[in-house]
Amino acid sequence: MNATDVRISKPVDTNTYPSWLSAIAALVCMLILWQVIVSITQVPAFILPAPLAVVTTFISNFSLLAHHASITLMEILFGLLLGTLLGVTSAITLTLSTSARRWVLPLLVVTQSLPVFALAPLLTLWFGYGMGSKIVMATLIIYFPVTVATFDGLRHTSRAMIDLARTLDASPTATLLQIRLPSALPSISSGIRVATSVAPIGAVVGEWVGSSQGLGFVMLQANGRMQTDLMFAALLCLCLLAYTLYYLVNLMLDLALYWQRDSLSAARDIQ
Amino acid sequence: MRSAITLESVDLTHSQHRVFKDLSMNFEKGLWHSVLGRSGVGKTSLLRLIAGLQKPDAGEIRFDNNASLKSQVAYVPQDDSLLPWLSIVDNVQLGPRLRGEATSATRERALKLLKDVGLREWRDNLPATLSGGMRQRVALARTLLENPPVVLMDEPFSRLDAITRHELQGVAFELLRGRTVILVTHDPAEALRLSHKVHVLQPGIPSRCPTLELESQPLRGIESDVLMQQLPQLWRLLEVQDSDAIEANSTS
Repeated sequence: MNATDVRISKPVDTNTYPSWLSAIAALVCMLILWQVIVSITQVPAFILPAPLAVVTTFISNFSLLAHHASITLMEILFGLLLGTLLGVTSAITLTLSTSARRWVLPLLVVTQSLPVFALAPLLTLWFGYGMGSKIVMATLIIYFPVTVATFDGLRHTSRAMIDLARTLDASPTATLLQIRLPSALPSISSGIRVATSVAPIGAVVGEWVGSSQGLGFVMLQANGRMQTDLMFAALLCLCLLAYTLYYLVNLMLDLALYWQRDSLSAARDIQ
Repeated sequence: MRSAITLESVDLTHSQHRVFKDLSMNFEKGLWHSVLGRSGVGKTSLLRLIAGLQKPDAGEIRFDNNASLKSQVAYVPQDDSLLPWLSIVDNVQLGPRLRGEATSATRERALKLLKDVGLREWRDNLPATLSGGMRQRVALARTLLENPPVVLMDEPFSRLDAITRHELQGVAFELLRGRTVILVTHDPAEALRLSHKVHVLQPGIPSRCPTLELESQPLRGIESDVLMQQLPQLWRLLEVQDSDAIEANSTS
């Protein structure tokens, strides 16, 4: 074999099945294990209901769960929207203003050491038992990750790009809107992804502290009446809601970051 | 010959480090000038000063006819700085887009320039789908759309392979013919191939920048006599150390 015969082969992809299939397989395995444990130990249903009982309760109480899930979903969506808007606005202010960085940033970091859940009773007191307090709770939980991710993205815009914009006589507003914000979009997306996964926690914790509607309320009521199967059904509903929301947000962000998709496929083509 | 840019007794300090002291240079109109020097000697700082991205601590930078800086200079950064979310044609018309002046006429001009650099059929692609050499051609077209009399280039060919670099040097030289070009480079052969004048920034305070004037027309071949004859002299100028400069100063 001479030197010209040397070839570098591509790494072989050993995963021949899609990732969603392995996720479903893991879930089925977990459910089987759960069913087996319940059958063997004969644990009472009010302590640990069997998965089949949970599914039956989920189907028979579907309209009740759907009604309460729609309330929780509204709280999550409004919280997500408000938290993202406030977070991005704050990050832009912190990036553009030295005084804001000096005075507000340390305050922001210090307030994050305070667990937001501890504020839930206060928020209920201030904003009432309705949707308002839950939206504020979700907004507060979302605000910090979005602010930090956006601020980080805006700060790390390539200096060469900013220099180029200056030599092209771009105004600071044009540089912000056409260069800095799109450059920061991957970081902002990371912040929104984190926010989407924690927003349901904010809404449900708010409902636990004081509410008359929502999945958190259903859980509390079911717990008080020892309807553990309904509690699990509400939990299943919350999981489905959170997962669907995360999936849709992820899809939208992937569409918004179209150039990253193209660069990945270009990199694959080069390989 | 008239000067396009004159630096007079320029001082510059960067992060408490003195970059230039009493630096005076002259760039004649319509010629290709290369600025050579070791890493950290201040080549990029010099371009940033001329581009108006940095202000000197003292001294003066004058343009031809005392024209305003904005209408004079276009800057080609070391990396191509193409915006990954914009198509190739939109990257070329970045200047008008940023200034809110983009029209169908600017798009037409951008398309014409893309044709000149051989990339018209790539106009709707994203930069990620282009090779390094093609991206530099787009950056060149973006510069030409501004129609500047002075073009500042910060090692634009340094990341390319030898053949692509050679080809792109030819394309850039032809397209920028007649303009004043200041090319910062690490490569003495590139400087000798492309320039009318080579300025060597030497380390030490006060700043010194001897100039090598080349006789024949640029875009010289790799076996050109100028390259063979001038390379050793250029090498000697580049080899000057900070301590040599101090010695020379104390002697004088």
